[in-house]
Amino acid sequence: MTTTTKHSDSLTSTLLEAYKDIQFTLAASSLRNEGRDLLQRIGLPANKEEEYKFTPISKKIEGTITRFSHAIPSENVDQKTVDENLIPGLDCHLLVFNNGKLERNLSNFDTSVLSLISFADLLEGKMEEQVGKIAKANKDPFVALNQVAFQEGTWLEVAAKTVLEKPVYILQLIQATQEGETVHPRSYIQVGKNAKVTFIENVVSLDDSPYFLNGVTEINVGENSQVDFYRVQDESKAALEVNNTEINVPRDATFNSAVISLQGKMIRNNLSINLLDSNSLGNMYGIYMLNGQTHVDNHTNVDHTMPHAESNELYKGILADHSRGVFNGKIFVRQDAQKTNAFQQNNNILLSEDAVVNTKPQLEIWADDVKCSHGCTTGQLDEEALFYLRSRGISKENSRGMLLYAFAGEVLEKINNENFRDYCIGLIQQRLGTHYA
Amino acid sequence: MLSIKNLHASIEGTPILQGINLEVKAGEIHAIMGPNGSGKSTLASVLAGREEYEVTEGEVFFKGKNLLELSPEDRAREGVFLAFQYPIEIPGVSSTNFLRTAVNQVREYRGQEPLDAVKFLSLMKEKMKLVEIDQKLLSRSLNEGFSGGEKKRNEIFQMAILEPTLAILDETDSGLDIDALKVVSNGVNQLKSKDNATIVVTHYQRLLDYIVPDFVHVLYQGRIVKSGTKELALELEEKGYDWIKEEVAGHTV
Ligand SMILES: Nc1ncnc2c1ncn2[C@@H]1O[C@H](COP(=O)(O)OP(=O)(O)OP(=O)(O)O)[C@@H](O)[C@H]1O
Ligand SMILES: [Mg+2]
Repeated sequence: MTTTTKHSDSLTSTLLEAYKDIQFTLAASSLRNEGRDLLQRIGLPANKEEEYKFTPISKKIEGTITRFSHAIPSENVDQKTVDENLIPGLDCHLLVFNNGKLERNLSNFDTSVLSLISFADLLEGKMEEQVGKIAKANKDPFVALNQVAFQEGTWLEVAAKTVLEKPVYILQLIQATQEGETVHPRSYIQVGKNAKVTFIENVVSLDDSPYFLNGVTEINVGENSQVDFYRVQDESKAALEVNNTEINVPRDATFNSAVISLQGKMIRNNLSINLLDSNSLGNMYGIYMLNGQTHVDNHTNVDHTMPHAESNELYKGILADHSRGVFNGKIFVRQDAQKTNAFQQNNNILLSEDAVVNTKPQLEIWADDVKCSHGCTTGQLDEEALFYLRSRGISKENSRGMLLYAFAGEVLEKINNENFRDYCIGLIQQRLGTHYA
Repeated sequence: MLSIKNLHASIEGTPILQGINLEVKAGEIHAIMGPNGSGKSTLASVLAGREEYEVTEGEVFFKGKNLLELSPEDRAREGVFLAFQYPIEIPGVSSTNFLRTAVNQVREYRGQEPLDAVKFLSLMKEKMKLVEIDQKLLSRSLNEGFSGGEKKRNEIFQMAILEPTLAILDETDSGLDIDALKVVSNGVNQLKSKDNATIVVTHYQRLLDYIVPDFVHVLYQGRIVKSGTKELALELEEKGYDWIKEEVAGHTV
């Protein structure tokens, strides 16, 4: 049977046309071709297409971006820009990207523990063997698009038995022209056995120009290793973004993720964790605290393949004004994955009548001996609690702030890195207009 | 200090308070008793400014100000304190931060300097002794996982910290064992002065052995149907409310 999916044909061909002349190494050519073929066949998601039902990103791109060329590195990026966007008190390995291109001179990291290699400089075979094998192009058209369009490609490697005391701070600075441009970062993170490393990615819009950021990050965690991956999305009101992040977690390994989304025009995060073996652990946490017209969609997926693995997920949303939040949490437990523990929770507070949340758990369980729970709630701020605080002399605004902060706090406390946690607390308190904790 | 005249209030269109009159002067203790559902907590909530209740008639003046025009926080800052019958749990809000924010916002309203961390801590310590509340409780989230008695004690602790001019204690004695009752009453009595006043809502005369009221009022069907001195409480303890209900029925027939 053939299903006719009506896709965004014109946008797809415009994009394919725009990227047809990108230079590529021989190693990248198979990725390019695969992406191109897929896009030609499936195209970008059409309006109302199931996977993108609530998030008409293709339409937004068409309506906002007029030049699909790659944004060239901004001339305005200098040491001062970097300094302004550091996390206070955070001693880190710093990687600065300027419209997706590495700024070697502004970056600062210890090459003896962290190697950074451009895809073009990878040893023969590595690229074909690994890149595109975790985040597969056929899973999401935006991965395919990234394969067609990415420019540099960054391979990051942490060797076995390496414990990085300092987190790796990835600063993505974005500045397009006023017509709107695109950036397609691509990275592959390889972490050896018995290693431990934290990544913090911060996307910073340098001005209000519209852009479409379409990143793909693949993470290959080593056995008995721990990788923490945190992301802040506090971008301009014109930012359009799709993120595909997929992680392989082997035996005895742990992957922790936290995504703090505060601003953008429309942001779609696809986060997939593959728990490949026993005693693997995947944790996914998130806060989306939105106002104005910001639209944030978190689609998460955890795939339990073998017995005795665990996943925990907690996403919390606070939505004001006309903002919109989407949460879709898929838990897949395969037949062999007996003794799985999988927990998922999504809670939302709507602060305005115009704010909307669409939340959907999606459980597919093929094993019979599993512990699996999920729950989602959407409600208003607890009026009784608000009255209690006000009756003690605390202003309405501060009382509200205290309650919302308490709501978000459950996620914030999952962030292991203290400086980064404090930084997120600061951002959230700033948004709440309260500074008391 | 507090003057309530012909107060009518309703919730979701149902009239609950139907013409309350009450005068409370500085230095006085008033006890309000009455059968379940007669409107005691409603009166307390209306005084504290709960927005779900609609005042349909009457007026309330507190220290010369129209209380009904003030927000709940401004009432608290003016010196009204309600110890809740059922204090709620607020997970994630630390007791200490909450109290310090409250104290300093009240102080700011009164034109006083905010307390720094050190001064606030010593105030906490002093008041903790007064109501014999465990430090461990205060390191938790507000009321979270507290027993019924611990919650009541925490209400009095908050009152001790905020030093209100008018304290309304809504069944603070319910669910307390005799030792806790003594501690709580002792706390209330120590905070008592000629400049402040207390309204205690209770079902039990035993509390009034410790907190001795100047006046006792019986609230029934949203009205104060009888007022007297502390002897009235003893009489109610002995005879229950039926005779009062009959009196009221007799009047209306
Ligand atoms: N939301 C509501 N809608 C309708 N009626 C309500 C609502 N809330 C309270 N009531 C009613 O108001 C009346 C007074 O309640 P209130 O809590 O003031 O009584 P009370 O005197 O404090 O009783 P108790 O001794 O049990 O504490 C009761 O009949 C109660 O059912
Ligand atoms: Mg009551």
